[in-house]
Amino acid sequence: MNNRILKEKFVGKIMLILVIFSGVLILIMGIALYIKARPILAVKPFWELMFSLSWHPLRGEFGFLPFIMGTLWVTGIAVIIAIPFSILSAIYLSEYASKFVREWTKPLVDLLAGIPSVVYGIWGVLVIVPLIKNHIAPFFGTFSTGYSVLSAGIVLSIMVFPIIIHISLEVFNSVSNGMKEASLALGATKWQTVKYVVIRKAMPGVIAAIVLGLSRAFGETMAVLMVAGNVAKIPSSALDPGYPLPALIANNYGEMLSIPLYDSALMLASLVLLLVVLFFNIISRIVLIRVEKSTQ
Amino acid sequence: MNRNKIEETIFKILMINSTIIILIILLLILLTIILKGLPAMDWSMISQTPKGGYYLGKEGGILNAIIGSLYLAGGATILAFIISLPIVLYFKVYAKKNSKIVMFTRFSLDVLWGVPSIVYGAFGFTIMLYFGLKASLLGGIITVSLLILPIMTRAMDETIKMIPIELLEASYSLGANRIETAFKVVVRQALPGILTAILISFGRGIGDAASVMFTAGFTDNIPTSLLDPVATLPLAIFFQLNTPFPEVQERAYASAFILTVIILIISIVSRFLIKKYTKYIIK
Repeated sequence: MNNRILKEKFVGKIMLILVIFSGVLILIMGIALYIKARPILAVKPFWELMFSLSWHPLRGEFGFLPFIMGTLWVTGIAVIIAIPFSILSAIYLSEYASKFVREWTKPLVDLLAGIPSVVYGIWGVLVIVPLIKNHIAPFFGTFSTGYSVLSAGIVLSIMVFPIIIHISLEVFNSVSNGMKEASLALGATKWQTVKYVVIRKAMPGVIAAIVLGLSRAFGETMAVLMVAGNVAKIPSSALDPGYPLPALIANNYGEMLSIPLYDSALMLASLVLLLVVLFFNIISRIVLIRVEKSTQ
Repeated sequence: MNRNKIEETIFKILMINSTIIILIILLLILLTIILKGLPAMDWSMISQTPKGGYYLGKEGGILNAIIGSLYLAGGATILAFIISLPIVLYFKVYAKKNSKIVMFTRFSLDVLWGVPSIVYGAFGFTIMLYFGLKASLLGGIITVSLLILPIMTRAMDETIKMIPIELLEASYSLGANRIETAFKVVVRQALPGILTAILISFGRGIGDAASVMFTAGFTDNIPTSLLDPVATLPLAIFFQLNTPFPEVQERAYASAFILTVIILIISIVSRFLIKKYTKYIIK
């Protein structure tokens, strides 16, 4: 009998330890990366590294600006493409689609989320890159190898569709039926109800969904690495190659231990990625929790 | 009035079209991978390890990467499960209502879910340097288990949350204590959800490349111990695609086909399991 109680207490303690471990894991990650990034921060101030253009690891010059700009281009294009498609289909699926359509579409969207990023990368190389090289670039009268920030943006936008759709569907579903019925009872049409009640009520949650999609695009590595072109220069148009931050980290892990400060610079890049993504995630999660509370 | 009708029609067409476009893209991706991958497939791809000069177009297959990926994702899934099951049981059975620590951990796990896998890779790498570990199966398993920990925990948490409190109370009133209730009632009731969470996490683990680049290494052999480096399918695809030889690139398509088939099987099996086990649940 006593044995049972002891066992219960003991297992409870172990569980609590694991809970605390998973709760502070994110802090441990940040601290570990910061410790590794410190050597380079001791040599050069943070803002100088972030806004310097020259990337010559052998000469000890680590300017991140081209990579940051590459990331911003790629993420920006991805979000601009992803927003209309995913929001429109989320509204359709939650408000208009029949039960049959919804039941069949949702698993397919989830499947899209399950495809590994390296497969997206291959698909980008096989379909999007030639499309841009042979059709889109000549259409604008310029030349492009196809490996460009536009290709990366298109592939990324497809990768964030399921995230934005999934979360905004939940937000749309949380808008209470009573509120919709009140609007319909006042004589509003279905579309007016969607426009003035559902969308207005769900707006904060939808923005949070977009921000979560954006932060996924921001840190996505393999697919971008395969199609973005990886030239360490600030892209001047969407058809230029770019070199986003995650691709930089992934591409240079092999040589980073043989050049002084190189590993520290790459760990700093990881830390920057982590902090930006954390910032976006914390804000949008707080918004989503508020939305959930306000509809309960 | 009429303008409203026109506006609604236009938006409805736009909405239906975007949904269709998204579904067409999914089909297009699967079709491309099948059409490009299937012709490049042959039996030696999945039955042999790479022979010398494989990446120059010589003989061999990617058995090392297939087995390596299964080892790595399997090990990581088991490790993540050992950590996350106690966490979700604590949430449901041990924690007080509105406990601060539960809210904080849930939030923290949601945020962890959004952390890019390359950051996990870099973090895993620093941890391995600290412990003097080389790129190995063990390093890869630890890193990937951290990567899938938030996915698995939150997925299990969502199903366990739904279990009615009356079921737990019935168990307590029969004299069971919390630990017995947790493993004999809660786990059994949430079994389909737990199985799906495990499968989703396995799928995520087997498909991820950025986190294992630093930590698992790459090799032409099948690992025989936890401290050997290990090849993974996504990295094999990446390396094969990056060679200048068309025949090796074709093998990358075939490897991508194999990976996609694995993911599809996982997705179908998990749907089947949900259907099959849902009938054992007390409603």
